[in-house]
Amino acid sequence: MAVPAARRRRGIRRAERLLGVVMLAPALLYIVLLVAVPFLLAVFLSLTNSSAGSLEFSFVGLQNFKNVMASPVFQRALRNTFTFTLISQVTVIFLGNVLARALLKRFRGKSLARFLILMPWAAPISLATLGWLWIFDSTFSVINWLLKVAGWLGPGQWYYWLGDPTLGMVAIITVHVWRMLPFSTVILLAGLTSIPNEVHEAADLDGAGPLGKTIWITIPMMLPILTVALLFGVVFTFTDMSVVYLLTRGGPYNSTHVLASLAFQDGVLGGDVGRGASVAIFLLPVLVILAVTMLRVSRRAEVA
Amino acid sequence: MAARRGRRLAATLGHRVLILFFVVFAVFPFYWMVVTTFKQNADLYVGASNTAHNPFLFNRPPTLEHLATLFGQTLYPTWLFNTLFVGLIVVGITLVLAVPGGYSLARLTGAWGERLSIGIFLTYLVPSTLLFIPFSRLIAMLGLQNSTWSLVLIYPTFTVPFCTWLLMGFFKSLPKEVEESAMVDGCGRVGAIWRMVLPLSIPGLLTVVIFALTLVIQEFVYSLTFISSVEKMTVSVGVPVALIRGDVYYWGSLMAACLLTSLPIAVVYNFFLDRFISGLTVGAVK
Repeated sequence: MAVPAARRRRGIRRAERLLGVVMLAPALLYIVLLVAVPFLLAVFLSLTNSSAGSLEFSFVGLQNFKNVMASPVFQRALRNTFTFTLISQVTVIFLGNVLARALLKRFRGKSLARFLILMPWAAPISLATLGWLWIFDSTFSVINWLLKVAGWLGPGQWYYWLGDPTLGMVAIITVHVWRMLPFSTVILLAGLTSIPNEVHEAADLDGAGPLGKTIWITIPMMLPILTVALLFGVVFTFTDMSVVYLLTRGGPYNSTHVLASLAFQDGVLGGDVGRGASVAIFLLPVLVILAVTMLRVSRRAEVA
Repeated sequence: MAARRGRRLAATLGHRVLILFFVVFAVFPFYWMVVTTFKQNADLYVGASNTAHNPFLFNRPPTLEHLATLFGQTLYPTWLFNTLFVGLIVVGITLVLAVPGGYSLARLTGAWGERLSIGIFLTYLVPSTLLFIPFSRLIAMLGLQNSTWSLVLIYPTFTVPFCTWLLMGFFKSLPKEVEESAMVDGCGRVGAIWRMVLPLSIPGLLTVVIFALTLVIQEFVYSLTFISSVEKMTVSVGVPVALIRGDVYYWGSLMAACLLTSLPIAVVYNFFLDRFISGLTVGAVK
């Protein structure tokens, strides 16, 4: 009796494994065909002189990359991408911590406050950015009205928010901060609430002050989740083209482009697919670093 | 005693001011959309250099004119329809692929499934701005240029990985006894999933439906790249691309469109947020 039972169990296990493969196959196949293959195609296209008009192309090796790297517009876009991501993410992580701590307290209207603070993240990015486009309007900007009333802008002085490289960058960073702040805040809030109360109580017993508790408890315990918030924030900001495209179109004089919006301008609007692809490829090293970091964090969290 | 109470009051007040500051920063663009939607043109286009005219208030009676324009004279209703059309099909495809995939990763594939699931999650990090160029080639080859079907084909690339991941977490959280007891009663594995697991997973499935749908409504880059005819656009592209018309004064209906599209999504999103966050933060929070 024992042998057939064991054999039957093994048979069931094999059938289960087969079922597992069958159930996973469609999703996996779709991801391989429509994410992995296009991903490789992007690398491949960057090595060709492919253009939008025809499906014919020939290999040009690294010529696209050489051309792209020699272009001042590209160099500016590369710099901008890092500047925008760095400044907005530092601001977001700082403000996100402040806001998450403030939201940790109980107070009346908390759920309403949370809902309102969350709205920028939930709204479709293109439509939310349009709201800002109107706020930064060259003639009707409400910010300029406030600055006029406050006396900051004297008679004849005016800010053309989206018509000036520096102000344009300020505007783009503001929108990124506005949009990513709710996202980081809720992630950090989840982290803060996950620190068990006993840990705080134990620290209180040991005579730790608020500063000591921050340094010895909150920061170390928050580190994994802080990394997650930062990684996603960086990915979403670093690869975004919507904000730049809708606010400035990369202008004035291509001074506010980022890699993604430049890839769109060259590869889609300009029809130079090979060049566009090679611009987009420059997103890759950072994404790989982020993915590896993310894996490390998740593995460490599993071990701990 | 009084000093201590004073200090506490000051701390509370500081806290409220801080919260208020953040709320104002977050909400201001939406408040601005509301004001713009209902203002008469004569009240809207005064120019910010006129300090006597307060743009925050209604200096003339509110109007529904811009809403009437939006629904009567623009393609906004068509774009809404297109978006929901694409959205519902994409949700269907996502469920068909992600439910069995998520279950399989949670219960049937063991150790290699664990590794595979992280791989699937990482594809969520591959940005649309890297893929839109190869996709435009692919879509040209398939002859789907300027067709909403191109979006139906492409959008699951961001809904399927994330939803598979979310559902995997959800199925893992169900006790294994659910299926085991059904299987003891003579159901096969598939029968047990159908009769026991899926009914218990309705909250998880609902989350996935909502997220797939909101992701579709929010999507901008692919839609901008693949759709060129105005009447085939989705909301997120039609409004910024086709409603902005040169120097014509359009801001009233434009802001109305932004407001009407964003608000329902924000409300729905709020309900499902916690699940979304726990999906993203995986092992980082225990």
